[in-house]
Amino acid sequence: MSDIAERVKKIVVEHLSVDESKVTESASFIDDLGADSLDTVELVMAFEEEFGIEIPDDAAETIQTYGDAVKFIEANASA
Amino acid sequence: MFDLTGKGALVTGASGGIGGAIARALHAQGAAVVLSGTRVEPLEALAAELGERAHVAPCNLSDAEAVEALPKAAAAALGQVDILVNNAGITRDQLFMRMSDDDWSKVIEVNLTSVMRLSRGVLRGMMKARWGRIVNVSSIVGVTGNPGQANYAASKAAVIGMSKSLAAEVASRGITVNCVAPGFIATAMTDALTDDQKAKISGSIPAGRMGTADEIAAAAVYLASPEAAYVTGQTLHVNGGMAMV
Repeated sequence: MSDIAERVKKIVVEHLSVDESKVTESASFIDDLGADSLDTVELVMAFEEEFGIEIPDDAAETIQTYGDAVKFIEANASA
Repeated sequence: MFDLTGKGALVTGASGGIGGAIARALHAQGAAVVLSGTRVEPLEALAAELGERAHVAPCNLSDAEAVEALPKAAAAALGQVDILVNNAGITRDQLFMRMSDDDWSKVIEVNLTSVMRLSRGVLRGMMKARWGRIVNVSSIVGVTGNPGQANYAASKAAVIGMSKSLAAEVASRGITVNCVAPGFIATAMTDALTDDQKAKISGSIPAGRMGTADEIAAAAVYLASPEAAYVTGQTLHVNGGMAMV
C-alpha cells in the first residue's frame, strides 16, 4: 500500500471512527462508512490539509469512496 | 458564568454603538477581540481603551474580496475565531415605490451577503475545533416589517432564515448559530430624533423607554457563552416588549 493510501486511511478511520478493515477500495463514505454529507466535507478539508492540496468542489463531489480519494490525491499531491 | 477566557471573537460594525458595546462586553468576559468596521478612528480608539487582547481589522463589507480576507486576518490576530458577531448593518430607507435597485442591493450586500461570506470563512476553523458561536444581529423589523424599510427588513428577516439553516447543518459539530433582534435602541442614530419623536416611540414600548446598547451586548454575550451550547437557530428579541413573537 502506498504512503498516500496509508495516510488517507488513517484520516478516514479517525474521522469516521470506523474499523480499519472496513475501509476498502470501494467503500463508500456515505453508504458503507456511515458518513453524513457534512462528514464528507470535513474529510475533504482534512485531505487538503494533510496533503497541502486544494480540492475544488466539482472534484470533491466525485470523491465518493476511499479508492476515489486515494486516486485523486495520488494524481494531485506533489509529495 | 459566561466566561470567555481564551476565546477569540470577531465583531463587525465595532465602530458603531451596538457593535462597540458587544466588543466591550465580550472582552470584559475574557475574550480576545478583533474589531472590524469601516471607520478606522473609532476602532483604534476602542482598541486603545480595551488595551490587551484587542486588535483592529478595518473592512468594507460591500467589498467581496475584503470580506473574504477578514476571517483570515482575524484568525491570524486571534489564533482562531471562536466567536463571530455579525453586527454591521446599513440602512437606505425609502418608500417602496421609490426604492431603487441600488438602495435594495447595497443593503442586501452588506446586511445579508457579507454575513454569509464571513460565516463561511470562519466555519472551517470552528468545525475543526468542534466549537463555535455565530451571533447575527438581526432586527425586530425583520419580523414585524416597517414602512420605509423594505430592503432593511428583508435583509434582517433573511439573516434569521439563513441562521436557522446553518444552525441545523453544524449543530452536531458544537457550533451554534443564533440571532439577536434589537428593538429601539438608543444610539447615535436615534440621538438625531426630536424629544417629541422619542416620547412617541417610548410610548409604544411596554417598558416605556428605548433600550441600551449594553442590553443588546448582554444578549450577545449569553449566546456566545459556553452556557448557551444548547441554544441554536434561535432569535433572542431584546425590545422592551415592543413585539412579543
